[in-house]
Parts: sequence; structure tokens; C-alpha cells
Amino acid sequence: MTWSEMQPLLSQACSETFSMVAWSTLIAVAAGLPLGILLVLTDRGGLLQNVVANKVIGQVVNVGRSMPFIILMVALMSFTRWLTGTTIGTTAAIVPLAIGGIPFFARLVETAVREVDNGLVEAVQAMGGNSWTIVRKVLVPEALPSLIASTTTTIIALIGYSAMAGTVGGGGLGDLAVRYGYQRFETELMWITVAILAVVISLIQFAGDYAARSLHHRGARSGPAPKLRLLKAEEPEAADIAKVA
Amino acid sequence: MITTSGLTKIYRAHRSHGREVTALDGVDLHVREGEVYGVIGQSGAGKSSLIRCVNLLERPTSGTVSVDGQDLTALAGHGPRAGKELRRARSRIGMVFQHFNLLSSRTVQDNIELPLEILGKSGKERSRKALELLDLVGLADKAKAYPAQLSGGQKQRVGIARALAGDPKVLLSDEATSALDPETTRSILQLLRDLNRQLGLTVLLITHEMDVVKSVCDSAALMEQGRIVESGTVSELLATPGSELASALFPVGGEATGADRTVLDVTFHGEAATQPVISQLSRTYNIDISILGAAMDTVGGLQIGRMRIELPGRYEENVVPIGFLREQGLQIDVVDHTAQEPVLVKEGAK
Repeated sequence: MTWSEMQPLLSQACSETFSMVAWSTLIAVAAGLPLGILLVLTDRGGLLQNVVANKVIGQVVNVGRSMPFIILMVALMSFTRWLTGTTIGTTAAIVPLAIGGIPFFARLVETAVREVDNGLVEAVQAMGGNSWTIVRKVLVPEALPSLIASTTTTIIALIGYSAMAGTVGGGGLGDLAVRYGYQRFETELMWITVAILAVVISLIQFAGDYAARSLHHRGARSGPAPKLRLLKAEEPEAADIAKVA
Repeated sequence: MITTSGLTKIYRAHRSHGREVTALDGVDLHVREGEVYGVIGQSGAGKSSLIRCVNLLERPTSGTVSVDGQDLTALAGHGPRAGKELRRARSRIGMVFQHFNLLSSRTVQDNIELPLEILGKSGKERSRKALELLDLVGLADKAKAYPAQLSGGQKQRVGIARALAGDPKVLLSDEATSALDPETTRSILQLLRDLNRQLGLTVLLITHEMDVVKSVCDSAALMEQGRIVESGTVSELLATPGSELASALFPVGGEATGADRTVLDVTFHGEAATQPVISQLSRTYNIDISILGAAMDTVGGLQIGRMRIELPGRYEENVVPIGFLREQGLQIDVVDHTAQEPVLVKEGAK
């Protein structure tokens, strides 16, 4: 296969991946953010404590999270048909991608929002702020660096999921690598695809880390990228106290 | 200004039924308008629960809280959610915290504007007020800085400015100086004192540091195991024989030099401080007095002297000289008087 043969294939696959990932990220963030915040608010001791709602949302999120994507895609077919009128193609692939992304992002949001110092919530309560004010003025802005890191993680996971979209004719880079690289033994094309994915993922990660770090506030703290906090709970408070003392 | 009556707070551990912690056990507190009132106690004494019950961040299990004549406990609110009325009442009560609780995502000025945003003030009004308050707390040049760039003392000044943004009549201070070094603590306390004087602000502060009470409080209460065991104005406390707070506020040291000695703590305040009582005592009864320890200090703006003296002979032999000292208007506490006539001593002191 020559470059001139590969080039249109690659550019089409890229644009398909882009549109799948972009739309599904948008939807996942739009729906996952409130869901993740609700998970924190309805938890025991939360502002809108509601154990039943918390259990229900938590369970839905858990099921959504643990479902292998390829199964989710097949399981959602009738829903996809109802929504888009078709079960194949890029548009049809966006539906399961978005739905798979929502619980994924919601869990990350939950972790990020939980890290916001409860003292800040209390301070705003003491000023007479209501729950909505607290979400808007405290939880979201204070968790923003972590939320951006979570978005980065979600985008990258969705790029991974989108490779399976080929199963429903969604196209994209992953599909290209499977169909040409694996099934037709076009090893060269496969490696180019892999390289493109690697570069794109690195760029996204870099941009995400940069954005998160530059928001992570201004001056003083210049620790590791906030993304790491998803793995290990950090206690910024302790450091602050030590500094003050 | 702030009155609590029969305030009780019981925490129940989840799932393990029957395990209860009584943080507040019938607290009656009365804070007068325009005074600085200190509640002191060790960790776990219930101070934090008390101050958080005053603006209902914690809903008391029973009892009432009223601030500026308004019964807050009667205002609607469901669980952690506060009703509109309660939120409005809270906005008229400023609160400062041990760990400052400033939003790291906002500049100093924006932090101070936050309560005004909640009150729905216009942008122009907010920034005017914020800059005015920054000036008041001496941080006019830090408006655009982020909290992370400030020292602990500066952060607390911002915290205080923020607490004052809603023009409160009452300021609650939850261990505001406990995370600060002694020097900064002094300057923050001075600021609180100044604000109390200038704005007629009523301040309720809780602390575990005696120095805080000593340097700024008009009145104080001692908390132990969820109860207030002593309370009153500083001069009342100092005039109370055997007051734990008074002796903690104003300690004098010194051990008896041997058996058959009577050790007395003599507290001077007001008129008595100017009389040469000790030499009069010595001359009148022809006894030798040794001074074991003495100190003069200003407590809550009051000049106070305390002296620990030793008289030769047992307590019974010194009843007359002690009576003489009491006649001079001094407050006498007999130290280590081994339970011979303790009741008499206490009554005599009154």
C-alpha cells in the first residue's frame, strides 16, 4: 500500500475518531458532571443527603462502569436506533460511547469534588449560601484542576473505546488498524495508525496536565500534576498547616 | 446578643446504635452586646460544637439559640439544608475559622466579595466594600493576590475581612489563632479587639489558649465535657475564690518552705492594690511574711496583682491575720489547706 492510498483512509479515520470522541466527551461531561456532584451531595453527611438516591445513582454508575464497552454497545442497539434511526455508522457509535463515558466521568467527578475541603463548604454555609451557591461557587471552581484532569482521562478512555466502534461500522482509527492492519496484513498502515494514536493521546494528556496545572492555584503549590491525585489521595491541608506553623 | 439555653448536642454514630457522644450537655451562654466573650476548654470539651450551634451549622439536639433577639432554632431548615430565613440570619453573623477556609481559586478580593455575591449586591458595591475591608484589616495591597501567596496571618486577616463583609453585628471565631505563631496571634487578636471597639462588634471566640482570653476577652467561660463550669466577666472570675479560670488566667507559683506554714494567694484589684497591706499585716501582728511568688498583669483591661505569701504556723494560728487581710478588701485563697475547715474557708471568703 502506498502513501497516496493510505492518506485518504487515514484522514477519514481521523475525522471519524475525532467526531465520535468529541461528541461523546461533550455529552459525557455534560451529564457526568451533575451526576458526579449529585453522588457527593446525596451521600451521608452531604448537603442533600438522600441515602436512597445515592444508592440508586451509585448502583447505576457502577453497572455502567463495569460493563465491557463492546457489550454495552450491543445492548444499547435498540436505544441507539430509537435515537438516531440507525445502529451503524459514526453517529450510531456516538450513543454508546457517550453513555459509556457518563458513569466513567461521573466517578472521576465524584472523587474530584470529594477532595474539596469541607471547611470551604462550611464557610459558605456560614455566609448564608444555599446548596446551589455552594456547588457553583465552591465545589466546581475549587475542583476545577481535578475536573480538567478527569476530562483528560475521559477523552483518552473514549479514544480507547472508539476503537471498538468499528464493530458497528463507526469507523475511526482503531477500526482502520483492525481492518487493514490485522485482517489485510497491512502492517505498515497499522503502525502508522498506532503512531497517530500515540501522538494524539500524548498531546491531549499534555494539554490537559498543562491546563490543570496552570489553574492549580497561582503561586505556592507546584507539586506533581494534579492528575496523580486520582490514584492517591493527597492531603493539601496538612501541608498548609505545616507551612503556617 | 447571643443567648443559648439548655443547648444539647448528641452525636450518634452511624450503624452502631447506642453509641452516643454528648458534645454539649445543657449549655447556657449569655454574651452581652459589644463584648468579647471567650470560651476556653481542652480539645473535646465541646467548644467547636458550641460555636457551630450558634449559627446552626450544627443543629442542636435540644435547646435554643438566639442571636440579636432572633430565635435561630425556630427557623426552618431540614437536616443540613437551611431554609431561607436561616440563611439570611447567618449572613448577619460573621465567622472566622482556624484553617481560614479561603477559596484557593479566587483572589483575596474575590474571596471577600463572596458573601456579598450571596447577598446579591452589585459588582460595583461589592468591590467598593471589599477594598474598604481590605484597608481595614491592613491588606490593601493584596487585593489581587491568591490565598496561596499569603502568610497564615494574612490569610486570617482576609478571613476576618470576609466575615465582616455582610456588616454583621456578631463575629464567631472558631480557634482563629490556633494555627498561627505567637507573634501573629497577637496581631490578629489586636485586630479583633480593634474591630470590637470600632464597630461595636460582639465577638464570641473559642480557644484552647489562655493567653487569648487574657489579652482580648471581657468575659470568659470554661468548658469541660460539654458543660460550662465557670463563666462571667474577667473581673467577676478573678473575684471568685477558687476559680479555676482565674488561677489559670493568672497563675502564681511557689511551694511552702516546710510544714507548719500557711500559704495564701492574695489577689489585689481596684482600691486594695494601692494599700500597703502586707507591711501593715507584718507590723500589726508582728509576724514574718515571706513572698513565694507575685505578679502584676492586665487582664481584660483590668490591672490585677496576685501574690502568694507564706505565714508561719498552721492555718488555725493564722485565722486572725487572714481575717485582717480580708477586711482590707483583698481576696484570699488558702492554698493546700488540708480539709480541716474547708467549708468555713469558702464561706469566709465570700
